[in-house]
Amino acid sequence: MQLSELHGQQQYADRAFRGLALGAAGLVLLILGMIAVTMTQRAWPALGLTFVTSTRWSAPDAMFGALPFVWGTLYTAAIALMLAVPVSLGVALFITQVAPPWLKKPMVTLLDLLAVVPSVVFGLWGVLVLSQHAGLGRSFATAGVILAIMIIPIITSLAREVIETTPASDKEAALALGATRWEMIQASVWPHSKGGIVGAVMLGLGRALGETIAAALVIGSALGQITLHPLAPGNSMPAVIANEWGEADTAHKAALIALAVTLFVITIAVNLIATAIVQRSMKRSHGT
Amino acid sequence: MISGFSEKRWWFPPVVTVRSQTVRSCVTEPDYGPGMTKLIVMTAALAAICAGGCKKSGDPVTLNASGSSFQKQFQEVAIAGFTRATKDVKINYGAGGSGKGRQDFADMVTDYGCTDGLFKDADLAKVKGGSFLYFPILLGAITVSYHVDGIGKLQLSPETIARIFQRDIKKWNDPAIAADNPEAKLPDADIVVVHRSDGSGTTEQFTKYLDAAANNVWRLKSGSTVEWPPDTQAGNGNGGVAQIVKSTNHAIGYVDLPDAKASGLTYANVKNQAGTFVEPSSVSASAAGDGIDVKDNLTYVSINAKGDAAYPITAPTWCVAYAKQTDKAKGTALRSYFKYMLTDAQALLKDIDFAPLPRALADRAVAQLDQIQVP
Repeated sequence: MQLSELHGQQQYADRAFRGLALGAAGLVLLILGMIAVTMTQRAWPALGLTFVTSTRWSAPDAMFGALPFVWGTLYTAAIALMLAVPVSLGVALFITQVAPPWLKKPMVTLLDLLAVVPSVVFGLWGVLVLSQHAGLGRSFATAGVILAIMIIPIITSLAREVIETTPASDKEAALALGATRWEMIQASVWPHSKGGIVGAVMLGLGRALGETIAAALVIGSALGQITLHPLAPGNSMPAVIANEWGEADTAHKAALIALAVTLFVITIAVNLIATAIVQRSMKRSHGT
Repeated sequence: MISGFSEKRWWFPPVVTVRSQTVRSCVTEPDYGPGMTKLIVMTAALAAICAGGCKKSGDPVTLNASGSSFQKQFQEVAIAGFTRATKDVKINYGAGGSGKGRQDFADMVTDYGCTDGLFKDADLAKVKGGSFLYFPILLGAITVSYHVDGIGKLQLSPETIARIFQRDIKKWNDPAIAADNPEAKLPDADIVVVHRSDGSGTTEQFTKYLDAAANNVWRLKSGSTVEWPPDTQAGNGNGGVAQIVKSTNHAIGYVDLPDAKASGLTYANVKNQAGTFVEPSSVSASAAGDGIDVKDNLTYVSINAKGDAAYPITAPTWCVAYAKQTDKAKGTALRSYFKYMLTDAQALLKDIDFAPLPRALADRAVAQLDQIQVP
């Protein structure tokens, strides 16, 4: 085969690939845009400033204020992160830096297994064990614990992969200078993986914010709760949507869709903030 | 739609098809190929049953329906009873809630729908299949179940129930409860109120009852979800509420009678319009049916019914069907299934703790079947 022939073919293939990739990327944007537009359209009757500032949610009176649910979503996600992040990082560091090779593989498999357990299973376990026998009741705390268990495998597995990419030379350099294992992690692993770990945490946060069934089962479904008390029953945005959609009438449905739009906006905001944090920390660690 | 599975060759066993049809199509299929062999192996058990004698009947008909979870148990026994006698009809009932039943029916996704509540006038324009008919199906008691160790039967008036559920009364030994229960040794303990976390027809009927019977006290209005006070608990479905009441001392909640019985809960006798405290049962729910005013379209309100023996928190429920059926086989099957529900199947209700319709109402509903036009 002549080089020129190959060249021609390649150009053709290149162009096709370019089109395909562009199409895929465009499709994602298109879908996202369409979701945003149609949802906002259907939520329009209920949307307004009072929707996110009012605390009263009453279907019979057609009064819909989502603030307590926004609070519940953010609060449970915060509890989940507080519990999950130290554990996940500990596990990830253990697997990558401490564990002997024979233990490493089964641990990774186990974590991946935990990641594929359907959320309803966690939810039922929460109802049967955490809320009844662990004294947590149905509350923000129960939901937070369940969410933490659900996001630990995600954060761990991403963090592990990021940490694993630390160049061996960096680590060896630290060790050669007489650093202990902990000092080596601080000096070599942490600066290298900081950005990636924040990204992993944010992905976990994304799942915690949107988790529906497990939260709906254990959070308590109480209205109007804006409190820091972890054992108080509350409610979260996805849980309200899942619980009330089936029997909702027209105005109530619009309010539930508005709740979905709010959740959508909050998730996007969280992701943007996360990206900004990652970029800033990257800049700082690279000194540019 | 589902019976169409058997006309093509599928690699997996079509679990949802009518048995005889599956096997028959195997035998009549001209190109009896390897895929088919696989299918036969996998459905060997079914084929073995059919080998005993497989007679050819009319083309199978599948009716799809969805709606009221209150009716779930009844639909299951009625479908089992009906299809035992009428083998060429298959009926799928998805108990996704009354709201979903109305939506699916309006969108013509289902062949009939079942609902505890009526269509709102504003939604009638969205019903795609034109005019439709309400068929009352059964009556069911909603209990006020509680769990107070050492306390047997309690008597409650609607005003007291209303005040308990909106948290005006917070202790079990409140004078209002004691007044109706002079014998009971009520504990000085906090009441734990349990309600539904999901939107529900049971909540709607229960709150409608309180709105009607305790009008001067009840503030939360009525609906599939209402604004429960925050210091209350919530469970998913009747079973979820029953489970919390069962496992929490000093709890009280509203649960339909079959679920309350299945969970072994204790439930209160409730004061009716005539001033009598009545225990919820199939019989007292039927008695509520005797005192109702039925409109021409067979809709009615059965809560807070008149009559000395009537249990006041008795909920109605209907199935809806289009007056103009478009498919002959389906229309015929639907009419005969509805007839079965309104006649023979009524006798099955007592065993599952629901109440049959009053005779006169069932007869009117059967007469209304003539208005279903089949091409």
